[in-house]
Amino acid sequence: MSNELLNELTFFVLSIFVGIEVISKVPTILHTPLMSGTNAIHGIILVGAIVIAAGANSPVNIILGVVAVTLATTNVVGGFVVTDRMLEMFKGRAGRAQGAPNQSQKQSPATKESTPAK
Amino acid sequence: MTTLIELAYLVAAVCFILGLKQLSSPKGARNGNFIAAVGMVIALLATLPLLHFTTAGVIIIVIGVVIGAAVGSVGARMVKMTAIPQMVALFNGVGGGAAALVAVAELLSFGQHPAFAEAFPSVFSIVIGSVSFAGSMVAFAKLQELMTGKPITYPGQQIVNGILAAAILGFVIAVLAVASIPFSFISLMVLALVLGVAFVLPIGGADMPVVISLLNAFTGLAVAASGFTLNNFALIVAGTLVGASGSLLTKLMSDAMGRSLANVLFGAFGQTQTGTAAAVAGKEGRSVRSGSAEDIGTLLAYSQRVIIVPGYGLAVAQAQHAARELADVLEKRGVEVTYAIHPVAGRMPGHMNVLLAEANVPYEQLKEMDEVNDEFKNADVALIVGANDVVNPSARNAPGSPIYGMPILNADQAKNIVFMKRSMRPGFAGIDNDLMFDPKTLMFFGDAKDSLTKLVAAVKAA
Repeated sequence: MSNELLNELTFFVLSIFVGIEVISKVPTILHTPLMSGTNAIHGIILVGAIVIAAGANSPVNIILGVVAVTLATTNVVGGFVVTDRMLEMFKGRAGRAQGAPNQSQKQSPATKESTPAK
Repeated sequence: MTTLIELAYLVAAVCFILGLKQLSSPKGARNGNFIAAVGMVIALLATLPLLHFTTAGVIIIVIGVVIGAAVGSVGARMVKMTAIPQMVALFNGVGGGAAALVAVAELLSFGQHPAFAEAFPSVFSIVIGSVSFAGSMVAFAKLQELMTGKPITYPGQQIVNGILAAAILGFVIAVLAVASIPFSFISLMVLALVLGVAFVLPIGGADMPVVISLLNAFTGLAVAASGFTLNNFALIVAGTLVGASGSLLTKLMSDAMGRSLANVLFGAFGQTQTGTAAAVAGKEGRSVRSGSAEDIGTLLAYSQRVIIVPGYGLAVAQAQHAARELADVLEKRGVEVTYAIHPVAGRMPGHMNVLLAEANVPYEQLKEMDEVNDEFKNADVALIVGANDVVNPSARNAPGSPIYGMPILNADQAKNIVFMKRSMRPGFAGIDNDLMFDPKTLMFFGDAKDSLTKLVAAVKAA
């Protein structure tokens, strides 16, 4: 077994433990945002997509590259933006819980656009 | 230079870990997401310097990033909060698809007899990535109601799935041991796509969140495998983090529904008959009481304690604001109002909290199941708005029911129950609800938003 592979396996195994440990105390209300957040993180496949696309020199590689980069970018950008939109609402709520009664002006754009009829 | 890149990857990995840590606590969740995004940017920038770009390479990367960023940001910004679960499914699926394509490109570059340590992770990534892609698309279609949300089963289904799995294994061995030729790994990809569809079809729409979470973990593992092929430390660490935390999250989600993961994934087999039989038996000749807005408005106005049980129906009708208005007018009359939030209310754990937060419902009024369940017996009215399965007593007393064993809200213990629903149609799990036939129950039919608005007027008039 090569040194490099051994290193990679070490990172792999340690990451499993870290991944489990780090979210072990998540409350139910955060399950959805957390799933969405981890979903954004595996968008790191964009790094892999860029690596294969960079040196593309045949039609097959070009097609594979452009599709992979598009899909991976959608994953990254969509994932982080949608997670942020969910969490934005929790922030508004926390703000009020700390005793800021005039929340109405501080409503986020996302809140406004989805509530045309109030 | 290589050292610098490795260091940048290390920083990115730390960002991901800190991000995940913060995402799992209510205070820092939004920061956590931001930190993870910073990690992503660092990892991407660090990747660029060592690559040898062809002109075509630069062009396709720019095209891909522009299209992907546009689709991702517009999709994520425009989607209604009620449709979040299927959006997450979609973003997860495309990630899995990207992982599979990266692995195909790598296998093409290796030639016919790659080293096992390179070929094995590629093959793994193709299979798991494709299953995740196809499975997520089916989950999306089910949640978006492009297809039926009911479990789809047919005779011999398990045999077909078994044959699919065996064929996939056969091609895996062919690629690894015989020759890595495009025919083999393309066939592998096609079969894995079919398996992904076959895997999700028999799972009911109500269980999709658990499936999406599982497929999310799958994509993470596929990404980690791509990291082994590309010898890329960032992919290995980030992918594995998602694979591990996603697996745990999947378990936590099925726990919240009171079911084992195996029951969620394979429960449709063998349970369909009893489920339908029970539903048919339930429909025979029972009557329900229904009330007018005035009746119910008066009932609410002269109550002391009202517990609102919101469900997906409330979310679809965008009625969270109307619900809040009703709570406000009731509170003005001195009625104590709380919301009982079932862990899987909405379509995902935590979904309902997001929706009610959107309507600025005060945090203190939201009560989790364990906290509120003992309060129902002291409540004058349990007002069920668009929820169904989460208050279905058959989860407690009908062992044949598909939702048997799921913890439910004790709405049936309240002195009066007002059940607001569009129609008598069964809920997302496709089963009848005995609570509708309870003598204490008043049905109030109609769109959740219109109905709540009528109730607001009725309470004001009372």
